[in-house]
Amino acid sequence: MGTLIEEIFARKAGRPVHAGEIVLLDVDHIMSHDNTTPLAIKAFREIGKPIMDKNKIVIHFDHAYPAPNVMAAEAQKKIVDFMKEQEITQFYHQGICHQVLIEEGYIQPGRVLIGGDSHSNTYGAFGAFGTGLGSTEIGVAWATGKAWFRTPETILININGQAKPGVFAKDVMLYIAGMLGMDGATYKSVEFDGSYINALPMHERIIFPNMSTEIGAKCGLMTPDETTIQFLKTETKARGPFTIIKAVNPKYEKVIEIDVTDIGPQVACHPDVDHVRPLEQVEGLSIDEVFIGTCTNGRYEDLEIAAQILKGQKVSAFTRTIITPASVQIYDKAMKNGLIQIFHDAGCTIGVVGCGACIGRHGGLLGPGERAFTTMNRNFIGRMGSAEAEIYLGSPAAAAATAIAGKITDPRNYLEVRHGKSMEI
Amino acid sequence: MGKAWKFEDNLNTDEIIPARYNITIIPQELAKNVFCEIKPEYVKTVQPGDVIVGGQNFGCGSSREHAPIAIKGSGAKCIIASSYARIFFRNAINIGLPILECPEAVVDITEGDDVDVDLASGQIMNRTNGNQYQACALPDFVLKIAEAGGIVNFLKEHEIQDLLA
Repeated sequence: MGTLIEEIFARKAGRPVHAGEIVLLDVDHIMSHDNTTPLAIKAFREIGKPIMDKNKIVIHFDHAYPAPNVMAAEAQKKIVDFMKEQEITQFYHQGICHQVLIEEGYIQPGRVLIGGDSHSNTYGAFGAFGTGLGSTEIGVAWATGKAWFRTPETILININGQAKPGVFAKDVMLYIAGMLGMDGATYKSVEFDGSYINALPMHERIIFPNMSTEIGAKCGLMTPDETTIQFLKTETKARGPFTIIKAVNPKYEKVIEIDVTDIGPQVACHPDVDHVRPLEQVEGLSIDEVFIGTCTNGRYEDLEIAAQILKGQKVSAFTRTIITPASVQIYDKAMKNGLIQIFHDAGCTIGVVGCGACIGRHGGLLGPGERAFTTMNRNFIGRMGSAEAEIYLGSPAAAAATAIAGKITDPRNYLEVRHGKSMEI
Repeated sequence: MGKAWKFEDNLNTDEIIPARYNITIIPQELAKNVFCEIKPEYVKTVQPGDVIVGGQNFGCGSSREHAPIAIKGSGAKCIIASSYARIFFRNAINIGLPILECPEAVVDITEGDDVDVDLASGQIMNRTNGNQYQACALPDFVLKIAEAGGIVNFLKEHEIQDLLA
C-alpha cells in the first residue's frame, strides 16, 4: 500500500515502508563511470572488505572516452587494472551509461539501482528506483551490497492534454522545471502520470525521470505499462518475467496538474535550468554551437527528428553543429537508416558516442563569449568549457532548426514546411 | 574562528569545481581550483578554519564527490547553509565534511564576518556582530557517520547494519 516509491522499497525490504522511514536496501546494481569510479576504488580499498557480489557491479567509460588527455588515460588505466584484479566483467564503453544500462537489460520494473551519476534517476521511466550517489557510497555498496535511503514523500505531477505538433517531452519537462524551480522537489520522489505521459513512447517518457534531477528529486518514477514492457522486450536485452509495480492507495504530499495543450517550444536560458522561457522570447539569439546528444536527448528518435529538419539543408556557416549518438546501438541504426549521411551532407560533425560536449572535457568545448544551444539537461556556468560561455537548452527539433538558421529558431518553421510533403527521411 | 565566505542560493557543483578539473582525486589538488570561476580570490587567501556560508539548495547538480572534497581540501572547517541538495548532503557526510543547516545564520552572516562554530553542539557565533545561532540537529544515523569521520571510517569498525541499530 502506498506510492510507487513506497511500493518499490516495501518489496525490497520485505515489509511495509512509509515516507520518512530510513531503510537499508539490497541494491540490484551499482553503476559508476570513468569520472566517479576512481574515488569509489579509493573508498573501497580503505574499507578493506571484499566485494560482496561482483554481479551487482557495472562500470562504464562514457564521460571522457577515449581519454582526451594523459590524466584521464591514467585514471582509466587504474580502473581497468582494478576490474582485472577484482574480476569485474560487466564493463561497457559503447555509449552513455544510462542508455547502455537500459539497452543491456539492467533496468527493469521494481529494481533498485544506485549510480555514481546524478542522472541515475533516468531508470524511473521503467518503474525502477534509480538515484545518484557519490563515489564513496558506490565503494560502500561494492563491499556491502547495500545502501541507506530515507523513504521520500511523493509529489504527483499529472500531465494531461495533447501537445501541439513541434512540441516535445523536452519542452514539457523544461516547462515543469521553470514552474517548480531547481529545488522544487528536493529529497522528493516525483511520480509522472496522466493521459499525456501514458500516450508517450519510451524515448519521450525517459526525459521526465532523467530531468527530475534538475528539480532536486531523489527519483522520478512512472508506472510500467504495456508500452514499457513492449519496449523492454523489443529494444533491450531484458526478457522478463517483469515485476508489476503500481501505486496502491497512495498518499501524495502534493499533486500538480499540468495541461500541455497550450505549451509551446520552451528554452532554458543561461545560466539556470529553471530560467525557462517560451522559445519565441529568445528567438533570433545568435548561436555558435549546436549540440544534439546526451542521456536526455541522444536517442534514435531524437536524431530522427533532427534529420527530418536537416535533410537537404545546410547548417549555418559559423554554427558548428555536433551530433553525438548516445550509444553504438543508436549510431548503428542512424547509419543504416541514412541519418548520419543527412547530418554529414548538412555540415554537421558526428561526435564519439558517450557524454561528449555535455561534460566539458572533450567533444566540443565552448570558448569565452560563445553561446550554445543544446539538448542537454543542465546549463550551469562553465559546464561546457569557458565560464564566459552561455548555454541554452531545448528539444532536438529546436536545436536542428537553430543550427540551420544560426540563431534560436522555432522548429515548427521547418516542420510545417514538410507537412503535406513527406515526413519520411 | 574563521572568516566567512558567502555564496548564493543554488550553488551548483560546477561552480564549486568545474568538471574539467575533476581528473584527480587528491584533495589538495582539487582544492587549487575550488570556486575558481565564481570566487577566484578564495583559493588565494582561504585559511584553515574558514567557514563556507551558502543559501538554499547548496551543492545542486552533479553527483561528483570532488565538490565536497575540494572544499574540505581547501581547509574550510564546515559549511553553513539554509538547505542542501540531496547528493551533496550525503557526500559531505560520507567524506567527513561537517555541514550545518541554519537559515537564520545564513541571513545574518555577510562575507568576511568572523564566525565561530562549535561542531559538537551546532552553535554558531558571529563574532563580528555578536549574534548567536543554533543549527538543526542531524538525524541519529547521520550523526554516527559524521562522528566516525565519514562512512569509510565507520565501516572499518562496524557493519553497515549498525547504522540503523
